[in-house]
Amino acid sequence: MSRKIRVLVAKPGLDGHDRGAKVVANALKDAGMEIIYTGLHQTAEMIAESAVQEDVDVVGLSILSGAHMTMFPRVMDLLREKGAEHIMVFGGGIIPEEDVEKLEKIGVSRIFGPGTDTGKIVEFINGRFQDED
Amino acid sequence: MSGKKGFEEGKRKYLDSFGKGGLLDVDFTTVSGAPVENLYASDDIEGLDYMDELGFPGQYPYTRGVYPSMYRGRLWTMRQFAGFGTAHDTNRRYHYLLDHGQTGLSVAFDMPTIMGYDSDHKRSEGEVGRCGVAIDSLRDMETLFDRIDLAGITTSMTINAPASILLAFYLSAGEKKGTSFEKMGGTIQNDILKEYIAQKSWIFPPEPSLRIITDILGFCSDHVPKWNTISISGYHIREAGSTAAQELAFTLADGFAYVEAGIAAGLDVDKFAPRLSFFFNAHLDFFEEIAKYRAARRIWAKRMKEKYGAKDEKSMLLRFHTQTAGCTLTAQQPENNIVRTAFQAMSAVLGGTQSLHTNSMDETLALPSEKAVRIALRTQQMIAEETGVINTADPLAGSYFVEAKTREMEAKAEEYFSRIDELGGVVKAIEQGFFQMEIGRAAYAYQKAVEAKKKIIIGVNALMVEGEEIDIPLLRIDPEVENQQVKAIRDIRAERDNDKAARELERLGTAAAGGDNLMPVMLDCARVYCTEGEIIEELKKVFGEYEEPIFL
Amino acid sequence: MRPGYDIPELLERFKKGQVSAAARLITILENGGIDAEAVLDGIFHMTSNAYRVGFTGPPGAGKSSLIFRLTKKFREKDKKIGIIAIDPTSPFSGGALLGDRIRMQALSDDPEVFVRSLASRGSLGGISNCTDEVTDLMDAFGKDLILIETVGVGQSELEIAEKAHTVVVILVPESGDGIQAMKAGLMEIGDIFVMNKADHKDAELAAMEIEDTLKLKKIADDAWRPRVILTSAKEDRGTGEFAGLIEEHRVYLEQSGLFLKKRRQILFSRVKNALMDKMERRLRASESVKNIMADRMDDVYEGRLSPFRLVHELEKIVTIK
Repeated sequence: MSRKIRVLVAKPGLDGHDRGAKVVANALKDAGMEIIYTGLHQTAEMIAESAVQEDVDVVGLSILSGAHMTMFPRVMDLLREKGAEHIMVFGGGIIPEEDVEKLEKIGVSRIFGPGTDTGKIVEFINGRFQDED
Repeated sequence: MSGKKGFEEGKRKYLDSFGKGGLLDVDFTTVSGAPVENLYASDDIEGLDYMDELGFPGQYPYTRGVYPSMYRGRLWTMRQFAGFGTAHDTNRRYHYLLDHGQTGLSVAFDMPTIMGYDSDHKRSEGEVGRCGVAIDSLRDMETLFDRIDLAGITTSMTINAPASILLAFYLSAGEKKGTSFEKMGGTIQNDILKEYIAQKSWIFPPEPSLRIITDILGFCSDHVPKWNTISISGYHIREAGSTAAQELAFTLADGFAYVEAGIAAGLDVDKFAPRLSFFFNAHLDFFEEIAKYRAARRIWAKRMKEKYGAKDEKSMLLRFHTQTAGCTLTAQQPENNIVRTAFQAMSAVLGGTQSLHTNSMDETLALPSEKAVRIALRTQQMIAEETGVINTADPLAGSYFVEAKTREMEAKAEEYFSRIDELGGVVKAIEQGFFQMEIGRAAYAYQKAVEAKKKIIIGVNALMVEGEEIDIPLLRIDPEVENQQVKAIRDIRAERDNDKAARELERLGTAAAGGDNLMPVMLDCARVYCTEGEIIEELKKVFGEYEEPIFL
Repeated sequence: MRPGYDIPELLERFKKGQVSAAARLITILENGGIDAEAVLDGIFHMTSNAYRVGFTGPPGAGKSSLIFRLTKKFREKDKKIGIIAIDPTSPFSGGALLGDRIRMQALSDDPEVFVRSLASRGSLGGISNCTDEVTDLMDAFGKDLILIETVGVGQSELEIAEKAHTVVVILVPESGDGIQAMKAGLMEIGDIFVMNKADHKDAELAAMEIEDTLKLKKIADDAWRPRVILTSAKEDRGTGEFAGLIEEHRVYLEQSGLFLKKRRQILFSRVKNALMDKMERRLRASESVKNIMADRMDDVYEGRLSPFRLVHELEKIVTIK
């Protein structure tokens, strides 16, 4: 049986805007991936531990509350601590360009802004993994 | 040839020749996916009874507007939602807006305040002052309204689960300035049902939440008569991806649920219903939106009178605030958002709104900058001063298209009401995930339509600009805000009389466990500088916390 | 991008209790093939102590919430918990949306709880094909109790009875779950029946209906009589008692010697199923079967040869000594 791409989709922060996270989760599922959806109000600790237990290839975080410069670095640090730095992390939400650059510097693979075609996200993830299958 | 026979023949001829020259390959449905005919004519509004369906402005069923003279009597309130950083930062923005001709205030709170956490709570980290202003106690509220006369202005506060607490802070802040409760006017959103349905900023389960709300209804009708106690909101339902008809139906259904809760709590419907107001979204589909507002007024009036036995005309008036649709703004070519917002604002005005917030062009990028906010405000001012649309009330009435669409909206809403009834009412329908699934499906269908280019978004899936540089100034929130706020709240705990604070909190817990109205003791808590987080913690002990049913 | 793996190294780290190694080994088990066999070979000798509880019942009955509450109760007694939560794979896309964790996220700061979501993948329904192996792995990882949550629809729900020591059937009062349960044969396999949403007005009535149906079953005097319990996962009511019932069933199985018997049954059916599975896969892959079918199906299509007769011919090339 060929290996499936496993993706953790999480919604950190206190806000309840999970429309984007759910749309992305459904689109990735329709593209044949296995999505572990954690729901709202996730802390960095919850996200990192879930990512490790689920042995996912990708973590997608949707942040609209403005807490991205706190949340992403912490998730990246925790993944590294848990020996899971191979996990690709991407994000979505309202994130200013200069912060995007900073986040890419600490290893976040890509930030998808509002209005991104979900097909692009699928393509991006598939692009990273197709060499093996 | 004229008369019925002429009509039939004209229509036949028209249908024969229609489409002969070819048609554009475009999806001719509304943004909600509802079909639109090529043409509407008199047969589409057959049997329209003017007095029964429309009436005159200010007359039942208020389809044409809630006031007789509409905007000739008074313009809508231009109310820009604002809040960021500390209370001090936001106070400065309020003075800026008032200096530029804004006529009402509207507070945006940060996420920790909305969720009932103090700024120094672990879960608040990174979120203090980000999406709105951080308010932890009466002291922040005093700063927020520094040098603003609370008797001379109305204030809207977008707050739901902890609405009673922020109202108590606001009233106490006025009290300290010497303004009596009767003189203070404004709105708290206080619409917890749509939180369960769409916005998801809940704290307590539905039952205690509704009890807090009926406590507010009772307290305000006795002591704060100018306060709008619930702003029943479709805005967030729409932003979560619903269609226009769903926004209309779910919002009104929530409204009726509050009315039923008030009646069940023993309140007289005419005592509290006049203080209920609504909050709708102004989305892109111009005529669909106008039909939505008109249908809303008609449905509300008829049900309030016929089903809930309202006698006071004020109970039947659906007064509403409108905000242009944040979800339609694009991060690409952000200046285009000015134009989108203008169209949306125009539909709200043509639909008879009582107050309006116009979004700023940069809101998909960050919190709005001063310049962007000014343009947004100017958009409303141009509609009022330059376009002439305020000259006559409900100018689109009698349009075959608009009247047919208004009827269609009403019929769709009625259909949803029956389904909600079958499920056992709004709370039961929430528990079964009915609204959440309906909205989720609509959101996904829309996303698919955009990706298939059946629906066009300029700059996103058509007319893109390669390698676009965004050059509008963005508002940055200084990370120092969080530290300042954390220090401030620690100062409060150090300076206040902690024994008194503990005593009032204990009284609150007792009141919550019993049946007394919570507002008086909530005010006592505010006065001795109990923090929002402390009050919420106390209430959680009695009320528990809500757990969302899962529907993916 | 995806890192390669080294099974002996992973097993080393697994033995040291590293969660990331256990998680990766589960992935290998899920993906099947010879690597999965190597993993099972590496850990099987470490299994045996964990108690396995299966949870079935219709979607929306509150299985995840109840498992969350139970886990909290068992944690009070210091039991180490493994949770396997299975959700369906979409037959159209092959993808899956696994949402059971949502209810369990509050457990993620507890190092003694390991939650793993599995998609049902090739399996027809309620459980994933690798459920047994993943359970073994959690067992070998030192978990005392392994809670398996099935998808909750379809005939194959019954398979859980071949994998668990205790089978819990979770139902809700609304929508006539009881009748559905009877139709689906769940009445035959359940050791404990839970009527969740105890605050519902029909909850007690629905529980009584289940009791009545169970009374009709012939049960020997010394055998376990299936129990019915009312709970509310939402309000955490009845959950302590529920945990107690699971414990009671475990003690019963142990004292009556059935625990050992059940364990043997489970292993026996695993060997049988794995063999069938393997044979089937070999048959499907067999070139000579394909060739003969290509040659002879025309005879069947045109009525010259009956399906059974062709099977007889095919059987001749399959030799089992």
